[in-house]
Amino acid sequence: MPGPELTDHSAAELSQALAAGETTSAEVTRAHLDRIASLDGELHAFLHVDAPGALAAAEDVDRRRAAGEPLGALAGVPVAVKDLLCTVGQPTTCGSRILEGWVPPYDATVVARLRAAGLPILGKTNLDEFAMGSSTEHSAYGPSRNPWDTARTPGGSGGGSAAAVAARLAPVAIGTDTGGSIRQPGALTGTVGVKPTYGGVSRYGIVAMASSLDQAGPVTRTVLDAALLHEVIGGHDPMDSTSIDAPPPPVVEAARRGDVTGLRIGVVKELGGEGFQAGVRARFEEAVGLLTEAGAQVVEVSCPSFAQALATYYLVMPSEVSSNLARFDAMRYGLRAFPDGVELPSAEQVMAATRDAGFGDEVKRRIILGTYALSSGYYDAYYGSAQQVRSLVARDFDRAFEQADVLVSPTAPTTAFRMGEKLDDPLAMYLQDVATIPANLAGVPGLSLPAGLAEDGLPVGFQLLAPLQADDRLYNAAAALERLLLDRWGGPLTPPLVGQVDSLVGPVGTPEVRA
Amino acid sequence: MPEITRDEVARLAGLARIQLGDAELDRLAPELTKILDAVATVSQALEGAGEVQPMSHPTPLRNVFRADELRPTLSPEQALAGAPASEGQRFLVPRILGEE
Repeated sequence: MPGPELTDHSAAELSQALAAGETTSAEVTRAHLDRIASLDGELHAFLHVDAPGALAAAEDVDRRRAAGEPLGALAGVPVAVKDLLCTVGQPTTCGSRILEGWVPPYDATVVARLRAAGLPILGKTNLDEFAMGSSTEHSAYGPSRNPWDTARTPGGSGGGSAAAVAARLAPVAIGTDTGGSIRQPGALTGTVGVKPTYGGVSRYGIVAMASSLDQAGPVTRTVLDAALLHEVIGGHDPMDSTSIDAPPPPVVEAARRGDVTGLRIGVVKELGGEGFQAGVRARFEEAVGLLTEAGAQVVEVSCPSFAQALATYYLVMPSEVSSNLARFDAMRYGLRAFPDGVELPSAEQVMAATRDAGFGDEVKRRIILGTYALSSGYYDAYYGSAQQVRSLVARDFDRAFEQADVLVSPTAPTTAFRMGEKLDDPLAMYLQDVATIPANLAGVPGLSLPAGLAEDGLPVGFQLLAPLQADDRLYNAAAALERLLLDRWGGPLTPPLVGQVDSLVGPVGTPEVRA
Repeated sequence: MPEITRDEVARLAGLARIQLGDAELDRLAPELTKILDAVATVSQALEGAGEVQPMSHPTPLRNVFRADELRPTLSPEQALAGAPASEGQRFLVPRILGEE
């Protein structure tokens, strides 16, 4: 097929080339596996690579295509999956020692749908332990690095998926977003990330962090690719009791439309300004200007309760974490560690020793904070109040969506930060998600797409938010903005690492950190 | 200003079944106090808001039943495959009763 490298193409382009017989899934999959082999030693986007499984799936799709079988749009396009989703035949560690080497006995619904749609699964991507963090530095298996500057983090928790897609190790990937874990890494790596409406994508088989907030979604390089992947994984699933039993929003059609004429765009006063890097604000304002020129009406909206959204999230989420992670009890699966110097320890002692040995610092912090917020005497002041403020956040969204069709803000307050910079200051790390958290609290969908480079040469994310089940509005507006930006740039933003494959080939596992 | 003392962290860790070492307890108490101080502002948003219903979930929850019919489940071998220890068709666990 045309073009310099198979790995440079979008999923939509690969899909067309596959359908036209210009390439094969085996060829495309092998190209990505080769690139993983040469670059992932430095990036550490993957925790596990399944070359034989991916190639077998690719050859199967090629055979079915040759036999004339009707195939879905993304059949044959390889995908990477965040290591929080259960996969038969591949380990699922959640970035934690407590699940080291565990191979699930069933597939997550999202994974089953990827397989059914013919997407070969390249491997499992790195993440902060149990998706708790904003940099992947909390992974028990070591951090991922940002292809734009390998001394910096790719964001988190889904930094592995974002880094893999940004560096062309995978055309598309799956992430999960509890407070911004798809969108913030998207912003920091110059990729597209979507958190669908809560209930739009099944949570079955995704290891739960905070059940009322978690949502899986696409990680891609283009808006159309995100829509195509969203269509594959979305829709009702009887295995998830919170799955929406209604037809999914027409996201692909919206991504192909991309027309903002007359669209009312609300700039959220509380999600920007002070605390946001100058270059982030500048690219955001330019993007709003482009949308205005293209015929959108821009209004300012105010959501006063968003000022307490971060505090609300850091009570609701740890409370749910403390309950969900109780399942890691050393009895049925995962690690079992024994306490030192105890003869014939009880199950309870083994459980406590295992959870000490198997969980990292951030996970312990959140479990204990959640245990505190739910304990008698504190419940009303903390968890109770947080649940009430959550109602106010949802109400603010309702009011804002009376004035605007979509809301916009910068995705993250800064560009990619240096490894270690925020590791010893949990609150500074938590602030990374200040603009993404409100959507999770209310369940509304959000999308981040690249808006250009800041003064430091690093990517900036532009966030769009839409009402519940109006995910198509995100894709419509994002496709319009993407087209305007690409015209201006003369092509997609490409991280410097992408052009440097030859110079970086070296022994896997000896990453070379550039200054 | 709310404070989580070292003793309180030890008690909470006990409730959460995490056997924390001395160094971790020393570190966690001030860290958690700092985080709690930042999130304790949450009720400020409720001032003057009148009666506000708590929200546990973004979508209305109702119970969902599946059809009452037989379908494939995990085999004992699959269910036990990830177990730290097993015997026959059972999980093998440390003692669950008192010593006497």
